[in-house]
Amino acid sequence: MTATFEHVRPSACPACNAAPAAEHMAELPKDARLMLSLPGIHCAGCISGVEKVLAAVPGVKEARVNLTLRRASVQAGPEVSAEALCTALERAGYEAHELDPGVLATTTADRQGRDLLMRLAVAFFAMMNVMLLSVAVWSGAEGVTRDMMHWISAAIAIPAVIFSGRPFYVSAWSALRAQRLNMDVPITLAIVLAVGTSLYETIHSGHHAYFDAAIALCTFLLAGRYLDHRTRASARSAAQELAALEVPRALRLSAAGEETVSVAELRVGDIVRVKPGGRIPVDGRVTAGQSEIDRSLMTGESLPAFAGAGSVVSAGEVNLTGPLTVEVTAAGQDTALHRIADLVAVAEAGRGNYTSLADQAAKLYAPGVHILSAVAAVGWWLYTQDLRIALNIAAAVLIITCPCALGLAVPAVTTAASGRLFRKGLLIKDGTALERLAEADTVVFDKTGTLTNGAPTPMALDHLREDAARVALALAQGSSHPLAESLAKALATRGLRPAHVTGLNEVPGYGVEGTWQGQAVRLGRAAWLGAEAPEDTATFLQIGDTAPLAITFADTLREGATDVVAALQAQGKRVILISGDTTAAVTRFAQTVGITEVIAEALPHEKAALVADLTAEGAKVLMVGDGLNDTAALAAAHVSISPASALDAARTASDMVLMGRSLAPIADAIRTSVSARKRIRENFTIATVYNVLAVPLAVAGLCSPLIAALAMSTSSITVSLNALRLK
Amino acid sequence: MDILGLLIPVSLFLGAVGLGAFWWMLKKGQFDDPDGDAHRILRDDYDDQPKS
Repeated sequence: MTATFEHVRPSACPACNAAPAAEHMAELPKDARLMLSLPGIHCAGCISGVEKVLAAVPGVKEARVNLTLRRASVQAGPEVSAEALCTALERAGYEAHELDPGVLATTTADRQGRDLLMRLAVAFFAMMNVMLLSVAVWSGAEGVTRDMMHWISAAIAIPAVIFSGRPFYVSAWSALRAQRLNMDVPITLAIVLAVGTSLYETIHSGHHAYFDAAIALCTFLLAGRYLDHRTRASARSAAQELAALEVPRALRLSAAGEETVSVAELRVGDIVRVKPGGRIPVDGRVTAGQSEIDRSLMTGESLPAFAGAGSVVSAGEVNLTGPLTVEVTAAGQDTALHRIADLVAVAEAGRGNYTSLADQAAKLYAPGVHILSAVAAVGWWLYTQDLRIALNIAAAVLIITCPCALGLAVPAVTTAASGRLFRKGLLIKDGTALERLAEADTVVFDKTGTLTNGAPTPMALDHLREDAARVALALAQGSSHPLAESLAKALATRGLRPAHVTGLNEVPGYGVEGTWQGQAVRLGRAAWLGAEAPEDTATFLQIGDTAPLAITFADTLREGATDVVAALQAQGKRVILISGDTTAAVTRFAQTVGITEVIAEALPHEKAALVADLTAEGAKVLMVGDGLNDTAALAAAHVSISPASALDAARTASDMVLMGRSLAPIADAIRTSVSARKRIRENFTIATVYNVLAVPLAVAGLCSPLIAALAMSTSSITVSLNALRLK
Repeated sequence: MDILGLLIPVSLFLGAVGLGAFWWMLKKGQFDDPDGDAHRILRDDYDDQPKS
């Protein structure tokens, strides 16, 4: 008793009571849910590997991989950052990117998908039962038995049709209100007419009831609708994923100190700080600091440019060496970045009038079906003067011609094709992109960042003496400039050890200096060391007072670049290389990858103009690019692809995105798209053949419910199987 | 033929059970990661954090 009493005894001092409570509050998990994109995972080993790596990171409570979406969701304490998780995964050999979970929140699209699936399940359940009951009628049930079967079928089919067919009714109604005809109008009419006449026949103990046909129609069409939704939803989530990859923030300096704000909140006159390695968020003028900036995404130039007080910088450029303080001269809508986005909008308007194969088919189909069934009904009514027979015939014609196979023909193929391409690391953002890709006959490549990795590697290190190389290594290790980092890496892999250099000091915007064996040693820009600036990207090493030694750099080829170019040329496509880089660099590069047509020093609007010119000449252009300077061209092209490393705007403007580092999927994608288009055409042919065979029967009044059921099922199944043959 | 009066309700009931089971699976998110689940069942390490 005493023990219990002691346990609950209130303390004399209230703070002592409050403290444990506060402690408890602090311990309460304020967990963050982090989302990572894992484009490279594909097997059970990957699931285990990734989950183990993530669980080993301190602070992670739960990690769960979703292999279908290639994502991992991580429950972790607030101290865990997504970056740390990405580095841990990358060290273990898995490519990982941070995703913004807010953008990816399970959205209405998700709910819509479940809703469709539920309707499909109900329709399928009803179809199976009604079909079974119909078997009795088909095999010759008479009189009361037949009526009973019809009544039970009606009891199952009518609620099922009302529930599961809702998407069609809604869409048909909105089309009719806008005084248009779409695919859903004949579908709805067929369902309503079939159920209506069947109910009438059942009440009057008629011979034929089309309940099975009405519900089968719903099932097959919902299956097509669901596949279509899945493709669209995965495309949409891909787009969201891409939007989530980049979270635009800026460091604003105010009287209160530094604060992180969204780029949208910046105003003209604000001062922002850009850390080395960060992307410049706005257009502006440098007020303090010295650094080098990488303009390759904006202009395609591979050579970093100097930036000091007074230099003008624009949004999208990357700050390399020293911190910069930038005064905002234009933010949001007025930045160069946004002006390019306007170019994109103009270019996209031109592409908007592409009609897909399915739309072309629907345009011919919807009016044709109505006219046919109306003519048949009127003809029979004039011939027999019996409205009941005429309506039965109209219903039969509508059911037989209803686009079960047509509704499945395109979704089944695009689902199969986009699934195949997704496994190869290509995301398709637009439903008609595959069809457009199949038509492409000219391929325009951007250079920096697309065919190359956008990261330079040192060339011809052999002519450096060993001690010079060791000094260079020591100096290069003292800087985070990309050239220095790449030089340090290349020298270290040659088995060199850094020389003993003291007093290492990085001069932002110029280079690194230090002392080695009593001599001043410097590694940096040509101008800083008094050397002549070469055409290529280069850094210079000076030991003491000797003449500076040049170390030249070249961009490395992206994985699969040469193979893709060769494969495209083998497929008979015209391949063009276009870049904002200097002529010398571009021509030399073109020779290594094997491209003969080259356009160098192109400005963004010139790229778009080239694409427009090619289009005017009748070419269907596939544009592959990653930079801001490519966005307008990407949007203007017939179809476009960008790598995952591309700038946000470029990925938004393109139809497909390469998730991995390799370019190889492009050639595969073209092959797949060509065969997908072939399958879609075949499917239309199959569907038409079935209609041509069955419509005369329906018009002649010979179409029994059995024939309707057979025609509908076999055509849908053939079409789906044909889609699965896709290679 | 009297047996029909029994068989039809029975078959409808069984079908409805299947439909209910499907609805339950859909609600439980068993179709969220079909690829992953197919692979997970073949792993050697015991999955001690099954998706709830």
